[in-house]
Amino acid sequence: MLFMRRLQGVPKIEKIAAFEVIEPGILTTIQDAGRFGFSQFGVPPSGALDPFSFRVANLLANNQGNEACLETTLAGLKLKALNESVIAITGGNLLTTLNGEPLELWRTHLLIESDVIAFKKVRSGCRAYLSVSGGFIVPVVMGSRSTYLSGRFGGLEGRPLRKGDILYRLDSPSPLNRLGLRFPEEWIPIFEKEINIRMIPGPQDHHFTEEGFQTFCSSAYEVSPQCDRMGIRLNGPRIERRVDVGESIISEGFLSGAIQVPGDGKPIIILTELVTGGYTKIATIISTDLTKVAQLKPGDRVRFKPISIEEAHQLLKEQEDRLQGFGNPLN
Amino acid sequence: MGLYEKTLYLLMGDRGLLLEFGDEISHEVNERVRRMALAIEAEAIEGIIETVLTYGSLLIIYNPLTLPIDSLKKKLQEIEKELQETPFPEAKLTRIPAVYGGAYGPDLEGVAKHCGISTEEVIRLHCSKPYFIYMIGFMPGYPYMGELPEALIMPRLKTPRLSVPKGSVAIAQKQTGIYSMESPGGWQIIGRTPVELFSPEGKPPALLQMGDLVQFYPISEEEFKEWQNRKN
Repeated sequence: MLFMRRLQGVPKIEKIAAFEVIEPGILTTIQDAGRFGFSQFGVPPSGALDPFSFRVANLLANNQGNEACLETTLAGLKLKALNESVIAITGGNLLTTLNGEPLELWRTHLLIESDVIAFKKVRSGCRAYLSVSGGFIVPVVMGSRSTYLSGRFGGLEGRPLRKGDILYRLDSPSPLNRLGLRFPEEWIPIFEKEINIRMIPGPQDHHFTEEGFQTFCSSAYEVSPQCDRMGIRLNGPRIERRVDVGESIISEGFLSGAIQVPGDGKPIIILTELVTGGYTKIATIISTDLTKVAQLKPGDRVRFKPISIEEAHQLLKEQEDRLQGFGNPLN
Repeated sequence: MGLYEKTLYLLMGDRGLLLEFGDEISHEVNERVRRMALAIEAEAIEGIIETVLTYGSLLIIYNPLTLPIDSLKKKLQEIEKELQETPFPEAKLTRIPAVYGGAYGPDLEGVAKHCGISTEEVIRLHCSKPYFIYMIGFMPGYPYMGELPEALIMPRLKTPRLSVPKGSVAIAQKQTGIYSMESPGGWQIIGRTPVELFSPEGKPPALLQMGDLVQFYPISEEEFKEWQNRKN
């Protein structure tokens, strides 16, 4: 049988029911690192908004790093374990409990049948990631298991989780040697209500006056209620534009962290569910700060600081070295 | 205007490099975008994660940990220098049926009024020529096409609609497009097509591709419904 499968080149994925959704929470979706290579068809990447927390969750659960996880927003998600599973929860602190008792985040845990995990309320940040050893199994659409909400595909039928959904994981032996493994405390990001975000000016910073750019770098901007997986609208001082350039440019590509400034002069941070757009982008947030961006919620405040691309790449390399080192700690 | 004398290499953060070839909607600029994208693809450069093709630019998303920005820039400049003016494969023409006006095209009368012509004339003009697909973007499978006949040029809606039905055929300035899925939108809606423009399982997933051509033809409401029934 196995031999036949290999001949046909169709690897069969054995899966096992891991959780039943008791309450779906405000918004919970299945996400991996994103869907790349399909922008020519107008398909945005989607994927985990906080790539750092997502990856650490996977490493804790003994995964490679790109396995599908749950991304849950603010509060309300409640899951019942249907089998033994090794899990980890990272990201924002959403006051997570196991059978009513507080559960330590950024750490590997073993769940047994009938265990109940609940996300009660926001302590810090906005989104948490729940990984399971082997990864959540949903059909791969265009190379990814990520949910693309406005496109209504990927993840679980292209939609947020609902009450009664059964979530499957890869049927693999529990990595019991990982139990109790903690991510080093000094590397865990702190998600505060007032944060500094580092960015690289451009590609259209020259469309703004010098004063306008100074306004952008020296003001605190407040996260408005208009924020979702596509973007975060900010309120704050209007960024002045040069009078000799238009508000719009012809549409060009996006990546998450790009900060666009439409006609009203108020910045919008682009996240992962957009592929192209036609407003000028004053700056783009560096990769290592996307984790803080993904954890912003309405009422939080941000300040933007410019840094050089060399510094940004150095920060990314340092982060990668830590993660690589953490990825194989028990060898 | 058209093509810049020298392509702009602009940073989009620490993992995006934007190549801007021109800042207006033109065939010449758009061809350069496609040509450059094809040449980059042929080189299969390790560390490039995605290339996003638009009207006049190419966004390259790369992994700076495996592909340093300086070597990426150098490689791209070399590719650009060697770029051949070879002809593209012949553009594919897709004929798209649309029912115009009424509930399917709520802005048809407004467009006719604005342009000082009858609704029949708007339909005739909209169907009178093939349109070039400059890019697919905004949403999966959405074609940005041009140029509209001069007589149909009209600005966007002052206030965008919160919801535009899937299949809506729309115009704005010199362009025409089709909403491949339900979405908010600010273009003038003149009709609707029953044709599916995007299917996640399709190979390729989008019916239309950049560089190809589309010509519309009018159908009746009955034909529209028949088409939809056949689909289901």
